[in-house]
Amino acid sequence: MRELLLCPPDHYGIEYEINPWMSRARGAEAALAQKQWKDLHATLSKLDCKIELITPQPKLPDMVFTANAGLAVGKKFIPSNFRHKERADEAPHFARWMEEHGYQVAWLPNDYYFEGEGDALFAGDALFCGYKFRSDIKSHRAVAEMLGCLVISVELVDPRFYHLDTCFCPLPDGAAVWFPAAFDEYGQRAIREHVKKLVDVVPEEAMHFSCNAIVLERDIVLPEGAPKLVTRLRDRGYRCHELPMTEFLKAGGACKCLTMFMPQRDSAME
Amino acid sequence: MFSETIELRGHIIDSLILPKVLDEILRAGGNFKIREIKIGERRADQSYARIEVSGPTHETLDELVLRLRQHGAEITEKVDVQLAPAPADGVFPADFYVTTNQQTFITLDGKEIEVHPAIMDSGIAVDREAGRATAVKFYEVQKGMKIVAGHQGIRVAPIQRSTARTDVFEFMSNVSVEQPKSAMIREMAREFKRTRDGKGKILVVAGPAVVHTGAAEHLEGLIQCGYVDLLFAGNALAVHDIENALFGTSLGVNLGRADIADQGHENHMRAINAIREAGGIARAVETGLLQRGIMCSCVRHGVEFVLAGSIRDDGPLPDVITDAIEAQKAMREKISGVSIALMMGTMLHSMAVENLLPASVKTVCVDINADVVNRLTDRGTFQTVGLVTDIEAFLRELTDCLSNLDGATTSERRQK
Repeated sequence: MRELLLCPPDHYGIEYEINPWMSRARGAEAALAQKQWKDLHATLSKLDCKIELITPQPKLPDMVFTANAGLAVGKKFIPSNFRHKERADEAPHFARWMEEHGYQVAWLPNDYYFEGEGDALFAGDALFCGYKFRSDIKSHRAVAEMLGCLVISVELVDPRFYHLDTCFCPLPDGAAVWFPAAFDEYGQRAIREHVKKLVDVVPEEAMHFSCNAIVLERDIVLPEGAPKLVTRLRDRGYRCHELPMTEFLKAGGACKCLTMFMPQRDSAME
Repeated sequence: MFSETIELRGHIIDSLILPKVLDEILRAGGNFKIREIKIGERRADQSYARIEVSGPTHETLDELVLRLRQHGAEITEKVDVQLAPAPADGVFPADFYVTTNQQTFITLDGKEIEVHPAIMDSGIAVDREAGRATAVKFYEVQKGMKIVAGHQGIRVAPIQRSTARTDVFEFMSNVSVEQPKSAMIREMAREFKRTRDGKGKILVVAGPAVVHTGAAEHLEGLIQCGYVDLLFAGNALAVHDIENALFGTSLGVNLGRADIADQGHENHMRAINAIREAGGIARAVETGLLQRGIMCSCVRHGVEFVLAGSIRDDGPLPDVITDAIEAQKAMREKISGVSIALMMGTMLHSMAVENLLPASVKTVCVDINADVVNRLTDRGTFQTVGLVTDIEAFLRELTDCLSNLDGATTSERRQK
């Protein structure tokens, strides 16, 4: 059974602006955010997974986005080195928690930016890693060495889709959902060469963070607002669970950003 | 071209980072050479590439490298040149680096600086405080001067032949009497016109055969139409040109009738004497003594000339520099900015000048003797055209082509 790490949104709010979605003038409604997160928790609880919770910390509003805690593969955990100082203090909390839960923590060099599962997703036999806005490509090389796997580095070119998990979502049948315009031409070609079937998301649905979905075998939990994608996924045999994510979208996050797989894979080489 | 060496590591083939980086270099107007590449054998193996990236200016290169760093490119640290003090005036340190005529850069305190001028058979003196590297000849070396030793930290950027046919200097460098001369001369004329109308300077190196063959009037025509910026010659060219101007003979031969003038063998000595008495060539033009000829045209049209002496000279004329080192210095001072050199009828003078010119200068060598043309064109540059032909016939055709290109403008200028 898959294990997921979540963090309750007790301290969540728009307290700074580090991506184009964030505006302190347009804050998240705390009560509604709580409700949307609880709905996500309840939906996941009914599916084939086990949920772990980390204690939220004051003054770390984005800790709710546990996808950026780091990357867990087997019993190894590579904590994030956040690009923005606003999030940097999250890293030790996540690392400590993972260590307490039996993970061997392997830090990257301090000057390598890496934002965890948010920018690192396995598809087929490769780990796809996004770079430019948050993670840098040097960190990909180090992650590849640590895990001993093929890493496909893809450049993200649209600041609204600043993490890989906002525009790319691998599926267990070897396909992947993606928003091509978020990648440069070389990234698009690299993805096309390595992923046998790609499901394109149209721009208006991509804007609802439709790619930011949690995939648990045949169940997919995704933000509402993507009827075309849902139809296509259902045609492929998936059960879709659409959830309102408006309050988290205000911070540039949705379902997948709110979760981290423990581990994402049992082994880097599948 | 300025250059940096970058390294790429990781899954640069599967991620298409290598082609992306190479494309980006070309898109930015730069160039690359892959110095080393190792491709990972198994899927998880990372690959490695060491690439020399060059750009037309420091700024372009810096901006380009900054962008490439985003894709993981790391700059390899450059090794500085080794410097050694000159042990005495006029003496290079042992193991001093000997320059070529190609564009050369040295790395000093981690930064690349270009060596000026690009001149062969020199050493490189470095002024660290000014951040300057200068090619120096033996006579310029002063005791204690910091001179580049060994080959470390030196980069030579040879001129490369482009794959596309661009001009006559790149596609016609072989020498043969069986060349399509008219076509080549037409192409040369276009290049001369481009240079005259643009920023470059045209240098003519000429031997007395120009006068003996009756080609002086064509060279005069080139000067009058602005196709000569600088003239390098010896005493003889000037003497026989002036002899022709004053007496109508060259070495006693009547150029108009091609027969020997009575007492004609004295004419060149009398010509020298007249100029010596006048106080030099320019003065002779001013007083009206010298009213035509190549040298007269140079004075009238402000074309600078350097006349270098030799042991067999008669006279020489007062304008001739008889100290070989001083003559070389005078020529070196004037060649800056030269982009075309036309060398006619003098092997040794042409070789001396070629030794002073950077490889980037386009050179035309014309001589009736194929061996001479071969020796002059075989100087390791792609930018030399050799023509085995009579100088008078060549210059006549060249001036005709230029007249056609210039149209009415030229004849108007001549009438003036």
